[in-house]
Amino acid sequence: MTINTLLVKEGCPQEQMACFRKMEKVIVAMQDPDMGMKMRNQRLLITVIPHAMTGHDIITWLIQKYCISEEEALHLGNLLVKYGYIYPLKEPRSLVLRRDESPYRFQTPYFWTSTQWPATELDYAIYLAKKNIRKQGELMEYEKERYSLLHKRINHTWDFVVMQAREQLRASKQRRKADRIVLECQEQAYWLINRPAPGMPNILDAGLERPNNLRVTLNSDFYKREIEACQRALGRNRVKSSNCLEGFLKHSEQYQNHDPIMQGCLPSNPWISDDAAHWTMNADVVPVPTRLRVERWSFSFMELLSDTMGRKEFMTYLEKEFSAENLCFWQACEEIRHGENSRISEKVNEIYKNFLAPGAARWVNIDSKTMYKTLEGIKRPHRFVMDDAQMHIYFLMKKDSYPRYLKSDLYKNMLAKAIVPQETKKSVFPFMRRQRHSSPSPAQAATQATEEDGRVKEAGQAGANA
Amino acid sequence: MGEMEQLRKEADNLKDQITAARKAMQDTTLQEAAASINVVGRVQLKTRKTLRGHLAKIYAMHWSTDSKLCVSASQDGKLIVWDSITTNKVNAIPLKSSWVMTCAYAPSGNLVACGGLDNMCSIYNLKGKDGNVKVMRELAAHTGYLSCCRFLSDSEIITSSGDCTCVLWDIETGTQKTIFAGHQGDCMSLAVSPDFKFFISGACDFTAKLWDIREGTCRQTFGGHENLSRINYILDLCKLYDLRADQELITYQDSSIMCGVTSLAPSLSGRLLLAGYDDFNVNIWDTLKAERVGVLAGHDNRVSCIGVSSDGMACCTGSWDSFLKIWN
Repeated sequence: MTINTLLVKEGCPQEQMACFRKMEKVIVAMQDPDMGMKMRNQRLLITVIPHAMTGHDIITWLIQKYCISEEEALHLGNLLVKYGYIYPLKEPRSLVLRRDESPYRFQTPYFWTSTQWPATELDYAIYLAKKNIRKQGELMEYEKERYSLLHKRINHTWDFVVMQAREQLRASKQRRKADRIVLECQEQAYWLINRPAPGMPNILDAGLERPNNLRVTLNSDFYKREIEACQRALGRNRVKSSNCLEGFLKHSEQYQNHDPIMQGCLPSNPWISDDAAHWTMNADVVPVPTRLRVERWSFSFMELLSDTMGRKEFMTYLEKEFSAENLCFWQACEEIRHGENSRISEKVNEIYKNFLAPGAARWVNIDSKTMYKTLEGIKRPHRFVMDDAQMHIYFLMKKDSYPRYLKSDLYKNMLAKAIVPQETKKSVFPFMRRQRHSSPSPAQAATQATEEDGRVKEAGQAGANA
Repeated sequence: MGEMEQLRKEADNLKDQITAARKAMQDTTLQEAAASINVVGRVQLKTRKTLRGHLAKIYAMHWSTDSKLCVSASQDGKLIVWDSITTNKVNAIPLKSSWVMTCAYAPSGNLVACGGLDNMCSIYNLKGKDGNVKVMRELAAHTGYLSCCRFLSDSEIITSSGDCTCVLWDIETGTQKTIFAGHQGDCMSLAVSPDFKFFISGACDFTAKLWDIREGTCRQTFGGHENLSRINYILDLCKLYDLRADQELITYQDSSIMCGVTSLAPSLSGRLLLAGYDDFNVNIWDTLKAERVGVLAGHDNRVSCIGVSSDGMACCTGSWDSFLKIWN
């Protein structure tokens, strides 16, 4: 069930509705007469306005109510301010929750984003007009620009705008001073969120439009192609769900020990301990590989081939069996498939000379049908011309040499020699400063790298000696 | 008009037959098959690093194959290559067009690509001779926005676009080699198979298609659910499809989640699926048990992209709050 099928509220940015509801629940709880927040009075020269609270109070209440840490309460409180449910009284343009005695007030539900969305141009124009009439020069630069833009755009209703503005100002004059101030603050807070100043993040932005409309014309040609595709699809082989699921489960189980998020990793997680030993031990080429790595070579032939060390070991084994040309051929074909277009003919010629030509130095054994097809294809070389031959050799190695390699002494010795890294004890270097902020310049990064190298070597030694 | 109606009926008939054939093969469900598997238990990942530096929403990120560098694209018009361990910015590449929607890291680590509303895929060479990062190629031929791109190698890249097609480009010459047409709506996302022979594209016509890169044809189509905008090769928009069984296996949903998914990434073993949602969280699903086993909460706005490094060590999330966080 996605938000598209659930018509939550007409008009409101659907993607954010879920968060608004959650935030509103928190706000309602905060205003609960018994368990809610402690309210204070705001003093403005001679006027006293009730129903204010300090940033510190907000955070304390959040910590108590939800049993969270101060960091999280600050984060949550900040979100409430950013989305306009609480607004600051001292510095209204800075939508940040401060954990000190700065005063804040709840936004009235009338001005909640979820209630009044989208904010209309007309309303914005009336708001700016009011500000302008109330005190000349009260509008900020960007507000002045927008005001004149609106004046051009909705010129036809400008009389209405000015009239409404005047009416609202007149009505507000008849209110008590305290109420008037509060209403002005609430309105200002609403517009700071719905029409943010340039440079301020616009939290209501819903992102680029992703249209759902079909772009293709539905005519006979289209349906003919559909039919063709369906007929092909109908004829395809389908495997029973039980077999597929079994395969999926097996894969998951097999790789479980190799999944660092599930099982953690030895000697330690570099992200947590800042010790890069794990990566050094598992680098492309190492004198002795780790046990997990060598085990992975036995999972599938592809795993062995995609590991640089695995491939080298396999090559050594094949050389002993005098069938190394197979792997060399396979590698050369890979280079054609993934290499530059301009060198394809050159590489194809090389392969022909070395592997396919009669009497070639490292002739590979391909069946006659594939050989014929490949030789024909070579006349007009392209990226995939070697595919069939490569596939043939790949399966040859997979069915024949690979299983024998796994049973060979070479592999078994490698497995026995492979290291199982010891878990490094925590806080090996208690005085080591954790890097938390990004470094200001690359020059500093270079010196840090050399420092870290020194530490890594020590850590590696400590791990080996432990 | 009569002919078109007939053709449409025939097509619908065939589609029904396909559905029936798929059903016939469905002799068990994932729940039954996974009943004996151990439960995973609560997975708690913590933020280890926060990458700060972007000034606007981050729309995309992609890990390098060395699992330490990653590239992110933001609407402030910058492509930043980060060393995620030290949180240093290795490269900060200014873009001609700030409306970027996707970015990709080449497997070799030499190139990065990005694109967006400019309808072009721009390739940048990170290892230029004089140390400067320059535009190497601008692949322009799409008639719609670029929604996703993925490198096959230093000489080939696949792009998906809002013009309903995916294209395989030859980077050297800057030309289109194969056009994969067949979707009826904007192609939003693509994922390449580990052996680089196939790729899957997801589109706004509610389907995902499996394409053969060499042949240029569509091998399989999956569909029947709401707007498909994020896919990954193993798993798909919180529905798991099996390519061999040719059908949906399970849907990952929870009644408390009421918003859309923006991004997906499986863990190395495939047991866990991390999905970013519009409610600013990332949910971690146990793929076999179809249960939520964890939540990553720490972003102040929508999580727009997520990626697990190739060694499975860390997960990186990018958000509209302009920060990237590394979790593990």
